[in-house]
Amino acid sequence: MKALNENIPIETEQIDPQEVKQELLRKYPTKVARKRAKQIIVNKVAEEQEMQEIGANTRTIPGIITQRGCTYAGCKGVIMGPTRDIVNITHGPIGCGFYSWLTRRNQTRPDGPEDENFMTYCFSTDMQEENIVFGGEKKLRAAIQEAYDLFKPKAISIFSTCPVGLIGDDVHSVAREMKEELGINIFGFSCEGYKGVSQSAGHHIANNGIFKNVVGLNDNVKEGKYKINLLGEYNIGGDAFEIDRILNDCEITVVSTFSGNSTYDQFANAHTADLNTIMCHRSINYVAEMMETKFGIPWIKINFIGAEATAKTLRKIANYFENEELKQRVEEVIAREMPEVIKVRDEVRARCEGKVAMLFVGGSRAHHYQELFKEIGMKTISAGYEFAHRDDYEGRTVLPSIKVDADSRNIEELEIHPDPERFRPRKTNEQLKKLQDEGFRFKDYDGMMREMSDRSLVIDDISQYESEQLIEIYKPAIFCAGIKEKFAIQKKGIPMKQLHSYDSGGPYAGFRGAINFYREIDRMVNSKIWKSIKAPWQESPELAAKYACD
Amino acid sequence: MARRLPYLAQKTVRGHKQDTMRKIAIYGKGGIGKSTTTQNTVAGLAEMGRKVMVVGCDPKADSTRLLLGGLSQKTVLDTLRAEGEDVELEDIRKTGFHGVICVESGGPEPGVGCAGRGIITSINLLEQLGAYAEKLDYAFYDVLGDVVCGGFAMPIREGKAQEIYIVVSGEMMAMYAANNICKGIVKFAEAGGVRLGGLICNSRKVDFELEMIEAFAEQLGTQMIHFVPRDNMVQKAEINRKTVIEFEPEHPQAGEYRTLAKKIEENKMHVVPKPMSTDDLEKLLIKHGLAG
Repeated sequence: MKALNENIPIETEQIDPQEVKQELLRKYPTKVARKRAKQIIVNKVAEEQEMQEIGANTRTIPGIITQRGCTYAGCKGVIMGPTRDIVNITHGPIGCGFYSWLTRRNQTRPDGPEDENFMTYCFSTDMQEENIVFGGEKKLRAAIQEAYDLFKPKAISIFSTCPVGLIGDDVHSVAREMKEELGINIFGFSCEGYKGVSQSAGHHIANNGIFKNVVGLNDNVKEGKYKINLLGEYNIGGDAFEIDRILNDCEITVVSTFSGNSTYDQFANAHTADLNTIMCHRSINYVAEMMETKFGIPWIKINFIGAEATAKTLRKIANYFENEELKQRVEEVIAREMPEVIKVRDEVRARCEGKVAMLFVGGSRAHHYQELFKEIGMKTISAGYEFAHRDDYEGRTVLPSIKVDADSRNIEELEIHPDPERFRPRKTNEQLKKLQDEGFRFKDYDGMMREMSDRSLVIDDISQYESEQLIEIYKPAIFCAGIKEKFAIQKKGIPMKQLHSYDSGGPYAGFRGAINFYREIDRMVNSKIWKSIKAPWQESPELAAKYACD
Repeated sequence: MARRLPYLAQKTVRGHKQDTMRKIAIYGKGGIGKSTTTQNTVAGLAEMGRKVMVVGCDPKADSTRLLLGGLSQKTVLDTLRAEGEDVELEDIRKTGFHGVICVESGGPEPGVGCAGRGIITSINLLEQLGAYAEKLDYAFYDVLGDVVCGGFAMPIREGKAQEIYIVVSGEMMAMYAANNICKGIVKFAEAGGVRLGGLICNSRKVDFELEMIEAFAEQLGTQMIHFVPRDNMVQKAEINRKTVIEFEPEHPQAGEYRTLAKKIEENKMHVVPKPMSTDDLEKLLIKHGLAG
């Protein structure tokens, strides 16, 4: 093995990415290689030029060690997991419930000791063989009753695991019956693990369910001049707290966050906001579309990852509301926050400049975090998503050309019409046109590839094998992915940062989050520890030993 | 849920497996007369002094009705539900006509749960309880309709049944089903050592039925082991909850079942079938049936 331990920035420019691509494909069987070739793209950035097409959101070939999770994980873990006052019951054998129990570090902050917080609990119907053979609906009904008796929650949701789909338990009819009987909101999700290509299907099923069963139920209008929803922000490591702090200082009111630090009532009230802002385009852009059709709320893409991106986002929100006072307050907040950011950034940059990073994570994180690396002078030479679709790579302009396949049809597409009572356009057509003429962009997302450099490698659904090859070839200073990849990467002598759960760090959003991230990356890429992890046989290949009984 | 005996105990039970016991599964299209044929044949074997156990693998639990004189059987899965883990062999077995041991696997009501998994559970339980350890000459599995999922293939997996007989008639869909079941047998023949013993033609009085089934058997590489003529006596006996052999021992139809029992007892032809392509099967139908 070549020495990989020195974090010497190598001249990555000399490596031909086309050759790297061929190297990654070389060991695959022909058919596998053909499929993977579509998912590995050497980026080309040219003005006005169409982006190259990347294969995304297609089934992983069995046998490949993928990063992806299942549909149930996306529904229960990612979207519904961060909501504190809905009792989430996993209908299935106990393993699915146990292993999805608070595995993401989404934080929550109840309003007081009386406020409900069920996130630390794990609810499961614990199906046994008998329930598989004779059906589990009875047990599910009993579980709902038990949860209700114990906690009296506002709402209960039910998550279907694979066996539930196989034996055909009707979780929706049980939910309907129990809703009628108990008088609280109860709804089910058909989010069987096998149902989609990845966890992305689960996000869709969860968001559809919340939109169908909760949004619009509470018409109380929250106080505040500038009311927004924050969509696709999951409060990992307290990100949402930092974002809230900044927005509060700007006097921008968050009506509802989907779904970091969220509550049932916030979802029910979400239709009263005047603007939808989208962090993670992948997991939630369709909710924003549906809210616009049904309630008349426009949406914009924003990003609070990176100090510059945060400033840009705040200005964009202020521009939308077209209010001078707000614009000024936003400038004040930016001016107040930036000096500390710049101080740390410049200090860290001196030590990190020129180092290279690789990011393979999520459906937006692999894009957003490139901002933070850029701020400290680090270059992302290869990146890719775990479960994103083509529009997240190539931008929303490709949406009409994305083929609807059997896997997408598997997920319910809601038909949405304007709500007869609640539809209220937030801007007149003239106002919208004026804003757009001034360069303001609604529903905009250009995707990751447009913002990555020429010759960088964009890889969808990267495999363990390909990760290891990339590390051997490029020797990056840092590799970002999730917990499943963490230790395999570290064993190669490369610092590894988890961008799903932030290891034990965070927040990384907003201004203070940026500072945290700079320091964390500085600590990791400049640590000497990686030089000390050589295995004994790398230093002295021959071992001598004798029998203990001699 | 299923009672798990310690590993060693289980092994001992299997170790005592009687080599002389023949384990037979009866398959065929739904409604073809599997249960009736099985029970009448078993009655014939029992008359000959053979010790037989019948395991019904149908959630309807009606595979042993004629041998027991009614649906009085408590199923394995119902017993498991009622008694929990503490199930005794005697709780799930009943003795019927001429000492035939009857077991019904049972299962969920239609449209609920997983009947296939239920069959796996109950056969495993029977093994663990040592139901096969006793001296038996035959174990018969009477399996629901087509092999719809893995659970219903359980009797032919892992050598649980070594010998298959397919009940068939000259009707096209019955032959389609038989051909499909043969595909299943081929699949499990290598791993489990299961073989096809023959086709039992349960006549529907289709034109040229005998010739057609004989030709079909030949194509599959097997035999038509017996042609059971259609006779209303079967219905009459059924409404009286009895096999023909018990109800009208002297009736010619009783003789037919005795002959079938004897042929199975003496059968030495055990093959891996050669399922036909749909085209060939249709050609055969036209040649012997429609055009014949």
